[in-house]
Amino acid sequence: MSDTATPEQTAEIDDQSKRDFLFVSTASVAAVGTALAAWPFIDQMNPAADTLALSTTEVDLEPIEEGQSITVVWRGKPVFIRHRTAKEISEASAVKSADLIDPEGDAERVQKPQWLIMVGVCTHLGCIPLGQKSGESKGDFGGWFCPCHGSHYDTSGRIRKGPAPKNLAVPEYSFLSESKVKIG
Amino acid sequence: MDTNNMHPVMKWVEHRLPVFSFLDHSLGTQYPTPKNLNYWWNFGSLAGLVLVIMIVSGIVLAMHYTAHVDYAFNSVERIMRDVNYGWLIRYIHMNGGSMFFIAVYIHMFRGLYFGSYQAPRELLWIIGVFILLAMMATAFMGYVLPWGQMSFWGATVITNLFSAIPLVGDSIVTLLWGGFSVDNPTLNRFFSLHFLLPFVIVGLVVVHIWALHVHGSNNPTGIDVKSEQDTVGFHPYFTVKDFFGMGVFMIFYMFFVFYAPNFFGEPDNYIPANPLVTPPHIVPEWYFLPYYAILRAFTGDFFVYQIVSLGGLLMDAKLAGVLAMFASILLLLFMPWLDGSKVRSCSFRPIMAMAFWIFFLDCLVLGYIGGKPAEGIYITIGQFATFYYFAHLLVIVPLVSRLERPKQLPDSINASVLKAAE
Amino acid sequence: MHMNKIIKSLVALALVGGVLTAGPAGAAEGTRAPKQSWSFNGLFGTFDRAAAQRGFQVYKEVCAGCHSMNLLSYRHLSQLGFNEEEVKAIAATVEVKDGPDSDGEMFDRPGLPADRFVSPFANANAAAASNNGKVPPDLSLMTKARIGGADYVYGLLTGYEDAPSGVEVPDGGSYNKYFSGQIIAMAPPLSDEAVEYTDGTKPTLAQHAKDITTFLAWAAEPEMEARKRMGIKVLLFLLVLTGMLYAVKRKVWEDLH
Repeated sequence: MSDTATPEQTAEIDDQSKRDFLFVSTASVAAVGTALAAWPFIDQMNPAADTLALSTTEVDLEPIEEGQSITVVWRGKPVFIRHRTAKEISEASAVKSADLIDPEGDAERVQKPQWLIMVGVCTHLGCIPLGQKSGESKGDFGGWFCPCHGSHYDTSGRIRKGPAPKNLAVPEYSFLSESKVKIG
Repeated sequence: MDTNNMHPVMKWVEHRLPVFSFLDHSLGTQYPTPKNLNYWWNFGSLAGLVLVIMIVSGIVLAMHYTAHVDYAFNSVERIMRDVNYGWLIRYIHMNGGSMFFIAVYIHMFRGLYFGSYQAPRELLWIIGVFILLAMMATAFMGYVLPWGQMSFWGATVITNLFSAIPLVGDSIVTLLWGGFSVDNPTLNRFFSLHFLLPFVIVGLVVVHIWALHVHGSNNPTGIDVKSEQDTVGFHPYFTVKDFFGMGVFMIFYMFFVFYAPNFFGEPDNYIPANPLVTPPHIVPEWYFLPYYAILRAFTGDFFVYQIVSLGGLLMDAKLAGVLAMFASILLLLFMPWLDGSKVRSCSFRPIMAMAFWIFFLDCLVLGYIGGKPAEGIYITIGQFATFYYFAHLLVIVPLVSRLERPKQLPDSINASVLKAAE
Repeated sequence: MHMNKIIKSLVALALVGGVLTAGPAGAAEGTRAPKQSWSFNGLFGTFDRAAAQRGFQVYKEVCAGCHSMNLLSYRHLSQLGFNEEEVKAIAATVEVKDGPDSDGEMFDRPGLPADRFVSPFANANAAAASNNGKVPPDLSLMTKARIGGADYVYGLLTGYEDAPSGVEVPDGGSYNKYFSGQIIAMAPPLSDEAVEYTDGTKPTLAQHAKDITTFLAWAAEPEMEARKRMGIKVLLFLLVLTGMLYAVKRKVWEDLH
């Protein structure tokens, strides 16, 4: 068999590769189109415009006395707002970062030391920790205790013991005035 | 299928679950398909495409829709205004209903013209009629869900059809409503059934395709496949042809979705349902108009009614209208036996072809009349068209098919293709 | 034979098309409002923002006394070119009933962008009682909910005239040639200088009608601009893909023919 192809063979190969190119490019265009068309059907599950519009909550802090906590609803989740005592603040800031599972200074977690604001959802699997009401268990560190799987949080809402990997989340918030805060 | 050339993973799967050879035999190179199929044969796959689109978009819409009379209308408008791409998905679904009927009606008229219902494909055709019935029920209940004025009054009128049944009619209507008028229980059950029925349709489609694959597709000549020369593998020849058809159809479909999304709809359905006010002109969706015309044709003085009811002794005009409407579809089930010809395709039956086109025109006239108010000349035309509809199926088809001498058939499909190419 | 078939098919399609267009368009009654040229017409149409903003002013100062628009929220107005601060300010001008508070009482507060447009009446019965027994319809979907759409709304607002002799107009009604039945319960809502525009536009009746109709068209189909933009892309894509599919089909079938 000779190495050089006859002109007919070359033409045939040329035609074959043109065919292949056409088939592959058409299939690619169709695949891209299908993928793009899928996006609206996925994105519709994301929060709708009216849901997003309701994503801020304003709270009046005036009635919360020192040592008291309230729970407000923000984006369908509980937000813990605690008016901390001087003792709780000093306990929280005294902890060495080496003792923490998720090292974070107390000052990084609050805008005003007396107001601790955080999402009241255990970072383990989403239960709501106890410790908001006076009679409830506050765990080994005087903060919050999650009854589902035994996670203990301190007076800064940091995880100290148990299976939870992270501190209780601090939401975005800003003080509109001395006693008014906007969460979200 | 030659399993030796397969990728090892495919081979592993094939050995345990022969999906690849199954596909090859049902949609692949091993499914012999007459090579002379024309573009009218594309509409089966197009209907399948729309069914898939309807189910996907419908499931997504159900994630946002609230089936309660106080919230339904506003939940649909929330989809249109606030849900990400909600307007797109809703318009795809809304126009998809019309596209489904366009594809299926063309598919059916193709079957009628080329005699696709004849032996040995009688069951294939009958299953198809049941698919049409399931589609009609699904479409009707879907139209109720937005809870606009047309939704409400459409539901009221159509459920009231059942009150024509002697003795138990009113009890049946109460049962359908779950109350004493179309109300919240009605909306809830319609939503449930509207979600269920498409999956029933999928099941029927599977059986439809199964039946199709037993004897394979009919073809424009209507003659049987005689040798391998008459056929080609479904893949790649008809897969690429179907894909091309889908492209053209999607252009048509998407034009309506993006530039005339309410073309097939009624402005009244953007007014929330009001049980105390009936809109001045209530009309069903366009795909129901011919049946609606048949329903309304039956007035006390319509001669057909006078004859079939023995001058009103047997039943009232209301019952006659309802029966005629259902009969207009159910009669199609008997097509394989109404048509007594040995030749399938109308291409070789000129008189039957003529009758087919007149029948087709008659259906269009019925559709036109169904959208017009029931007054004056429209009633007369509607009655004549209704009379002709039944005359075609019950008299013209049986007689012409048995009396007409068909033209000479080609020797084979291949021979007809070669002749056309000359 | 082949040609014959193609012609037959085309005739059939034309007939189907004829019926489809005749169906929904049928059953018009009264005088049909003449077509206007709208900024939002056509394949590339968009809403004239200035007109829609003026239209919102007309709605606020004239229509909102009787007509609700309960599918709209103040936040939607940002689509008309109002910025966040303006939307907040517009929302804050209304009182919204909220509650119950911690004492179980309902209370009024200034509106927020997320609030729905506040309705002029507490419920349909109250609306009917204040309007001679007729409930003024909600305007959220007006241009979609009437045959003729925007042209009809514009026609209606400018179509008030003296009743021809022989037509009796009952008390509390007005004669409007575009309204079905011609006797409408709504008194002529607009007139020259009904609203004072701040952008120097001449406040004629026709201008007011044009502006409020543009606003209502946006309110009924806020997705329209996004829809038309996406439509062009989708159709162009499909044309290219279908062209390629046709080429593939030709190539595959070539060796058979």
